[in-house]
This record gives sequence, structure tokens and C-alpha cells, in this order.
Amino acid sequence: MHDTSETAAPKTLPDPGPGPAAEPPPAAPEPDRPPPAEVLISARGLAKQFPKRGAEPFVAVAGIDFDVRRGEVFGFLGPNGAGKSTTMRMICCVSPATSGSLSLFGLDPARHGPRIRSRLGVVPQEDKLDYEMQVRDNLHVYGRYFGLPRSVIRERTERLLEFVHLADRATDKVEPLSGGMRRRLSIARSLINEPEILILDEPTTGLDPQARHVVWDRLYRLKQQGVTIILTTHYMDEAEQLCDRLVVMDKGRIAADGSPRSLIDRYCTREVLELRFPLGEQDEAARKLKGVAERIESLPDRVLLYADDGDAALDSVRGLGLDPVTALVRRSTLEDVFLTLTGRTLVD
Amino acid sequence: MSALGTYAGGADGAPPPTAASIPAGTLPITAPRQVWRQFRYWCTFSRRTWKGTVVSAFVGPLLYLLALGVGLGKLVSAGSALPGGVNYVSFVAPGVLAATAMQAAFNESTYLVFGSFKWFGNYIVAAYTPQRPQDIMLGHAALALVRITCIEAVFFGFMGVFGTLHSPLAVLALPAAALTAAAFVLPLMALTVTLESESGMSTMMRFVATPLFLFSGTFFPWQQLPGWAHPVVYATPLWHGVELCRSLTLGTATWGGSLVHVGYLVGLAALGYGVGRITYRRRLCS
Repeated sequence: MHDTSETAAPKTLPDPGPGPAAEPPPAAPEPDRPPPAEVLISARGLAKQFPKRGAEPFVAVAGIDFDVRRGEVFGFLGPNGAGKSTTMRMICCVSPATSGSLSLFGLDPARHGPRIRSRLGVVPQEDKLDYEMQVRDNLHVYGRYFGLPRSVIRERTERLLEFVHLADRATDKVEPLSGGMRRRLSIARSLINEPEILILDEPTTGLDPQARHVVWDRLYRLKQQGVTIILTTHYMDEAEQLCDRLVVMDKGRIAADGSPRSLIDRYCTREVLELRFPLGEQDEAARKLKGVAERIESLPDRVLLYADDGDAALDSVRGLGLDPVTALVRRSTLEDVFLTLTGRTLVD
Repeated sequence: MSALGTYAGGADGAPPPTAASIPAGTLPITAPRQVWRQFRYWCTFSRRTWKGTVVSAFVGPLLYLLALGVGLGKLVSAGSALPGGVNYVSFVAPGVLAATAMQAAFNESTYLVFGSFKWFGNYIVAAYTPQRPQDIMLGHAALALVRITCIEAVFFGFMGVFGTLHSPLAVLALPAAALTAAAFVLPLMALTVTLESESGMSTMMRFVATPLFLFSGTFFPWQQLPGWAHPVVYATPLWHGVELCRSLTLGTATWGGSLVHVGYLVGLAALGYGVGRITYRRRLCS
């Protein structure tokens, strides 16, 4: 039942302003925003174990805390197996927590799963579309699950297909659509119930760069309209582009949390100097480089020097008589944060 | 103004809808509505395959009745030792009616169910909506039963044409066949949803469907089986379906016997649903 008691609290959606001509992501939290928006999702000590026959249970999520507020884009970042997808499934109320607490809209997923899910939009990792059905029908069948009247579904389908640039494919089957189109259709489908929270599990995995940018653009526009978005990704640039706040997950735990910028500030230097040396000479060079930068990370194919002034660091490298094959000074990214936190790169 | 228009208050700063109005037009979540919604999904899904279903629904039973009734029946009826002294086609037709219900139940509740969580993912997607595992199961089962009942209705029509309906009670044979189907559909769905690979389904066909089809008194009186096999026969669901259908079309039904058969079939369907609630939840919500 949709009683209004738990939804009576006034919403404090950020005013998206007139039209989409807003600043590009990442959006910094506005310091002058009046009282913080209401907490939509709250997790405390949230954990999930899967029993294993004849062995210790597998711990997918090992007790995590987080809050997601209305209007935020909140990211779960981490490599495969970090527990992101399991956390997502718990948030989607399709996987009960083993221990700890989770609440969405102030409701308990264990008792109010259908009611909570009626207010969520979910884009699963594999699109799971009905390939043999028409593009349009994919939205129709989904809309019916939410009990929406036919006229509402029709009107929204038209609007949403336009939104994801698929209006001209409405009566085509899904089968011949490209990966990017399918993902966009999957996003359109998840919006049919006008969800308050949109949940995306690795929204751009497997897409080519161009298709990825189209998806980012659509998500950014939804964010502009005040939709709360939760996404998982193992792409650092995606997290930087889209997220207001994120948690870095590693081995079922939260290794760090904050805004992309604050994480970079906290766990990294401003700039990174990437050096490549001829084959076989890297180890020798890395030894000589000690002391040149705050921190040095030796990867199989290159050496990373963390320094607030990359150019100055490069000068010191040259001053040591070293001659790298390539030298690149770049801004530090979440990839560097992850490397700092876990000692591992985000490669699958 | 974005293409999304009124979405979440729109880009023009209009006040966002209140949570109470989201999702707009949603009726309260009740079990019958939920099941109905899942049923509607399968109606849309079936739209692309119904033509093939109709053809096989007509051609299959017609061939059966011709082969068994006119062909084999001539041979058998000559020296008939059938109970009640009926001709062979009248004996075999209600058996095939029940057996067809079982076969169709296997068709509806194996590959389509397996595909729904392994290949197409429509179960997985539905679980992200207000649908609960039991709604997904019942909605899917409801459409399976509607389709099977349609096939059975066609067969039943042919039974009339072939003059095998010997009693006014015969009209109850159609719901009896539907009940037989339910006694297979629900347990099979509950089982299929636990499978991890396709091979389990062909095993079920080979070691469950085929022996039942042949030894449940479908094609010959079960009394001809050796005495030790009789308790086994009584325990099989198809036997109850066959006996029930046959007693109704031949007009030999008794209250006691019919209640036992109906009770058994209802009980099996209920058991399947009960187990399915658990196995569907394990598959979709774990």
C-alpha cells in the first residue's frame, strides 16, 4: 500500500536550474546549500555471506556503513570481486543482508521489498532485455510490473525513448541494436516508473568510448533533474565524471570514502609523473629515483612518481642523468587513489 | 526542456512530484494484481509464438486420434477386453487427453523457466520491480495453464467428433485435464528453477515424462501390469489424471474415486507451489 505517512517529509531536491546548460561534472557539493537533503539509503554494518559447502562461508560484503542523500550521485568503486554488485543487490532488495542494517526511504527491505522496489529504477549489469520483442514493448511489459495504466506507459515510453535517442527504433526488435543502444534502452526501461533512486551496475562496461560518453551525458542530465543515482564502476574516470560522493571498496570493505576530489587530495598528490624506460632498465632506474617524489610506484610497464609539481619532478629525474623513453605529467586520478589504498591497479 | 519533460520535476524547475504520487497511477500492491501483471508479461511474450502453438494444438491430437483410434483401434477393439467393453478409441482418448496435459506441462515448465533466469533474464528483471518470487511463479504458471487448457480444449473437441464422449459428465474432463496439468506445472517449475545446467531438463523428460506417459494406463488398462507394479501406478500423478478423465468421459465416475484423484492432483499442485515459493526465492532473492 502506498500510504503517505513515510513519504510526507518535504523533499529538498537541488534546483536543477533552467535547462541543461549547467557546469560539466564532477559537481562539487554546494557549500551554501541549506539543510542537507534527507537520507534515502542508510547502511550500518551491512554484511553478506554466501554459504559454501564444506568450507567457511564466502564473505562478499564484510560490514559496511554508508548514507545516500536525495539528489546525490553515489558511486561504489572497486575491482571485480570487491563486493560492489552484492551491495547493489542488497540495495535493490533482491538479496537479504546476512547481518547489519539497511533502510531505504526509511523502510526495511526485508519487510517492504515490493514497496521499496516500486520506487527504484534498476539497470542490471547485463541488460537483460527481451531481444525478440520490439524496443517499445520492452518498456510496456516493464511498466506493467509497476501497475501503471496503459496510457501512462504509452506516454512515458515515447518520452523516454526520445530521451535515450531511440525514438526512431521504437518498433524495431532489440536483437539488432548495438551495445550502446541496448544500454540506453535498459536505462529508459528503468525510468518507466519515474524512480526516486536510479541504480546502475557498471553502466558503461563493455561500451566503446563514444557510446560511453552518450550514457554519461544522459546520466548527467538525470542528475540535473534531481534523480538520486547510485552506480558501481571499476572505471575511475566514470566515477570522477559522475559521482558527488563515492566509496572505494576492496575485498568486501570500504577502503575510503568522500568526493572524488577529496579522495584525490587525501590519498594522492596533485600530479603524477609517468615514466617509461627501455626494457630491462626500469628496476635500475626506479632505484635511482628514490627520494625524487613523495611516493614512487613501480608498475610492470612504467614508474609512477607522485608529486605536487610534476614538471619539477621531471627536472630532478633528468638531473639524475636518467633518460626515460616517455615522460608524462598528468593530474592524479582515482586510479592513483585506488593504487595508493590497495597497492593494486584496477585491471581485471 | 529536456526530452524527459516532466520527469522528476523536469528541467524547468517545476516542483518535483511528491513521493506519494510516484509511481503515478500505481494501484496498491496485492497478490492477485501482482500475479496478473506477470501473467500479462507472458501474454506479450507469447504473442510471437502463438501461431506455432495453434498449429501443433490442432495437428497433434488429430494425428493421435487417427493413428490410435482408427488405425490401432481397429486391431484392438476386435477382441476387446477393455473395461466396460468400450471401443479402443473411447478408451485411449481420455488417456491421451491427460497425457497431453502432462507433456504440455513439461514443455511449458522446463526450457521457458530455465531460460527466464539463465538466458533471457526476464525473471531477474522482474525481481527488481514490485514483483515477488511467488508472483513471478504464479503469473508464469497461470499463462502456462491457460495455454495448456486451450490445447486441451481443441483435443476435447476432436474427442467429441470421434464419438468418445459417453456421458454428460464428460464436460468435466476438460477441467480435470487442466488440473492434471497444474499438478505437473507447479512442481516442475519449482524444480526447474533450481537447475544450474540444461542437462537436468532432458533427464526429467527421459526418466519422468516418458515412463509416466507409457505406464500410467494411458494406452492400455493398468490392470494388465503385474500386481507388484500397481502400488507404483497408484502413486504416479498421471495415473490419477488419466483415471479421472476416463471415468468422466465414459460416465463411470464415482464420488469416492473422483475425490481421491482430485485430492491427489490438488495436493501435488499445492506442494509444487509451496516448494516453488522457496526455490523461486532462493533463485531470485538470495
